[in-house]
Amino acid sequence: MVEQRVIIVGGGLAGLSAAMKLAELGRPVDLISLVPVKRSHSVCAQGGINAVNAITRQEGDTEYRHFDDTVYGGDFLQNQPPVKEMCEWGPRIVDLMDRLGVMFNRTPEGFRDQRRFGGTLFRRTAFAGATTGQQLLYTLDEQVRRWEVMGRVRKFEGWEFLGPVLDHEGICRGVVAQHLTSMEVRAFPADAVVLATGGCGLIFGKSTMSMMCTGAAAARAFRAGARYANGEFVQVHPTAIPGADKHRLMSESARGEGGRVWVPARPGDTRDPLAIPPSERRYFLEEKYPKYGNLVPRDIATREIFNICVNEGLSVQRGEYCVYLDLTELPPERHRKLEGILEIYQKFRGVDPRTVPMKIFPAVHYSMGGLWVDYERSASGGLAAGSPRNQMTSIPGLYAIGEADYQYHGANRLGANSLLSCIFSGLFCAPGIDCYLAEALKRSATDLSARLFESAAAEHREQFRLMAGRFGTENPYTLHRELGQTMTRNVTVVRTNAGIRETLEKLDELEDRYRRVGSTDGGGWANQNVVFARSVGDMLTLARVIAEGALRRDECRGAHYKPEFAIPPPRGDDPVTLRAEALRWCQAFRRQNERWLKTTIATFTPDGPAFSYEPVDTSLIPPRPRTYGMVGAEIVEDVWKQMQAEAAPAPG
Amino acid sequence: MERTVTLQIRRQDRPDGPSYWHRFEIPYQPQLNVISCLQAIAELGRTADGERVPPVAWECGCLEEVCGSCTMVINGRVRQACTALVDDLLAADGEVIRLEPMTKFPVVRDLVVDRGRMFEALKRVRAWVPVDGYYDLPTPRIEQAAQQESYPLTRCMTCGCCLEACPQVNEHTGFIGAAAISQAMLFNQHPVGRTEAEARYRALMAKGGIGECGNAQNCVKVCPKNIPLTDSIARAGRALTFYAIKHYLDK
Ligand SMILES: Cc1cc2nc3c(=O)[nH]c(=O)nc-3n(C[C@H](O)[C@H](O)[C@H](O)COP(=O)(O)OP(=O)(O)OC[C@H]3O[C@@H](n4cnc5c(N)ncnc54)[C@H](O)[C@@H]3O)c2cc1C
Ligand code: SF4
Ligand code: SF4
Ligand code: FES
Repeated sequence: MVEQRVIIVGGGLAGLSAAMKLAELGRPVDLISLVPVKRSHSVCAQGGINAVNAITRQEGDTEYRHFDDTVYGGDFLQNQPPVKEMCEWGPRIVDLMDRLGVMFNRTPEGFRDQRRFGGTLFRRTAFAGATTGQQLLYTLDEQVRRWEVMGRVRKFEGWEFLGPVLDHEGICRGVVAQHLTSMEVRAFPADAVVLATGGCGLIFGKSTMSMMCTGAAAARAFRAGARYANGEFVQVHPTAIPGADKHRLMSESARGEGGRVWVPARPGDTRDPLAIPPSERRYFLEEKYPKYGNLVPRDIATREIFNICVNEGLSVQRGEYCVYLDLTELPPERHRKLEGILEIYQKFRGVDPRTVPMKIFPAVHYSMGGLWVDYERSASGGLAAGSPRNQMTSIPGLYAIGEADYQYHGANRLGANSLLSCIFSGLFCAPGIDCYLAEALKRSATDLSARLFESAAAEHREQFRLMAGRFGTENPYTLHRELGQTMTRNVTVVRTNAGIRETLEKLDELEDRYRRVGSTDGGGWANQNVVFARSVGDMLTLARVIAEGALRRDECRGAHYKPEFAIPPPRGDDPVTLRAEALRWCQAFRRQNERWLKTTIATFTPDGPAFSYEPVDTSLIPPRPRTYGMVGAEIVEDVWKQMQAEAAPAPG
Repeated sequence: MERTVTLQIRRQDRPDGPSYWHRFEIPYQPQLNVISCLQAIAELGRTADGERVPPVAWECGCLEEVCGSCTMVINGRVRQACTALVDDLLAADGEVIRLEPMTKFPVVRDLVVDRGRMFEALKRVRAWVPVDGYYDLPTPRIEQAAQQESYPLTRCMTCGCCLEACPQVNEHTGFIGAAAISQAMLFNQHPVGRTEAEARYRALMAKGGIGECGNAQNCVKVCPKNIPLTDSIARAGRALTFYAIKHYLDK
């Protein structure tokens, strides 16, 4: 029998989980990654990973409530079965990571400590200091190294994925990749390929993400025919510190441990923040959202920061969207749990956040959208375990997991849910791939004609040679900077159709100039210049998917906020008017869902992306207005409940 | 005149090629770090003398000192480029910022070096917890004190500073370095990791193991994560003595 191999591209949390599980199932794995997998972007994750646990359970928490928080947080844009399954797996995943050696923080009695995160009222988040992602990644890296020693996993670190290899039936049979030192381009045959290549924050120039997060791999799969879903949903995190090279995150855990967000009540108050008495401060999140306080979901917190800075003129730094995040009142043991991020702040700002309130700004942080993937629903509304369809892209044999897929977070991701979705999708896809291989046993990549692979590699080799040798007037770094500026200005927190159109025109210009990009390094050794220039082309491809998706979607949902299409909030001085207004609001909300509660699907064509829309499976938790207990929104909830009750068939 | 920052960078085109220096000037901005200087140089594409040169090759990832990619020698000190702030460097060392690749690893190109040997060392000391499998099983309870002791060691980002600073790391000794010793001790401390303790001791006793350490303590001074490396080394030393005696008596 011929040996069937699986290629995993990307060794962040998602790719490593898949590698270790496939290895355990007996499948040989080739792991391809730009960087040594231990340096993948997942190391950046600070705050923690969500799962129902013994303590929250006794407070009334269940996997179903975690599921509910996740879809409510995502503004109901997710297909619900995969989310339900993920939340059910949460406790098992955290237990597994604990067994593998992750040094989660402990209570004095020796149990895992838990903290609160945004968009939930439960302390559902397990953490390892403020470096949870690093700890999880290292632990998975160690397991995969163990399999490497046992010969089940081969690592190809320092290799860049250039595209999938498809056979004449359009089935994925391997990849082409390039070694980033020798610049050798070659094909890697495989019987299934998994993309675990992470997010695409670099399209916005500066973000909280690592420098490899260009989305180039996803763009290459997209060009090869894979569908891309919900690209326009991009999370802007409320609390980061700006820098010349990147924006650095101040994790939500800072608020989870009790950090409070405020601004001086008087515009232009230049006093030392500590000299401003509490009565002259505005804790604007706590005022407006008494139930969730500083831990409203990120899209809401970010918009409230914009609102307080732009509409109320209370920014603490003129011309910026800047507010205080105050940790000075926390006891030392809380500071200790946040050490990792406090160090970052102190290093880059030269100020000790234990004694001085931090100045924080919103920054692009996470891509909810990604490669479209399939799933198979089980009878109980979760996923059918072992189905080869789970996590498969629209290209047969090509899978996508982790931040590179679109599946779990809808229109807005909750904090500490991404580490969970990455590990879950990695572990869960493995038995499905195992079945896919078993079914596909008749055809193994090794019996395919070598010509298929050689011609795919030759094509990429030629493209590289052309780029490296090109004399041109345009500079890829300049194009990237301009791309980031236009995307950040018009396609982040507050979007207008006029602004997005302006960006699309700018993209036309950038694409045109991109054809004239020159290479400053013709060399065939560790040529970073051409590698970067190539990724700029990929970023332009995805930027268009994001911007055009945003232009088309005329509504507000989660992170996608277009004030032109916001349903005006109910107003009225007397209860009767208010109730009528709330009814109007709810009817508009229902119409909006009928029109827009759909997955955006982009498909590549040589003339730009083609768009279509797919219904979302909301069969388990019906959509409802997303108020987060906002002061004044009670009436909406009330009317909505009544409408639902009237619409429901009478029991009996 | 516009204020500029001057960087002097040691370059090398190929592993076997000679090294040479290039001087670059970029516009000054507050809060620059060395990475943003390198980004500006890449965009500029020419030296201070106006000569067009291929951009400098360097490595980076997280830009917040957790991935370990960007280690280099800056003004003679080994550290991460992403947390090397230009204002601090100018204040401490004067007008020119000098960047060089680490010397204890083969140069790939310019500031990029090959740290593969550090990952190989992790294989040698079996730096993992040998679990039965990835199914759902009960988890161990871990005392808070044990967590607090282990957590600092888990933060090692394989950056290479400790090897660069160590006088004993060189071609003759084949010394695996402080990072791997510390990882061995981390796993020997773990309730399940401990089951492979003896294999780790054997690795540490072999050539290139702990015997090469001359206790110069340079490693602990340069570790950006403040990992108590010399404590780990001392504990490893004591444990090895016990292990050796026990092994001798068992014979
Ligand atoms: C600062 C920060 C803090 C965060 N904190 C949290 C948190 O507390 N909790 C939470 O749940 N989430 C958090 N997140 C989100 C979370 O960290 C990421 O979504 C997650 O780590 C993504 O993991 P991944 O496995 O999908 O991809 P990544 O970790 O990004 O890995 C991608 C892999 O793909 C490889 N790759 C990419 N392109 C190519 C290519 N072309 N060829 C070859 N290889 C390629 C890379 O080398 C890498 O190995 C945070 C994110 C940021 C930015
Ligand atoms: S104590 Fe000295 S000799 Fe030993 S590892 Fe550290 S620097 Fe090297
Ligand atoms: S022990 Fe410290 S200096 Fe050495 S590799 Fe690890 S983090 Fe770097
Ligand atoms: S870029 Fe990650 S440590 Fe500097």
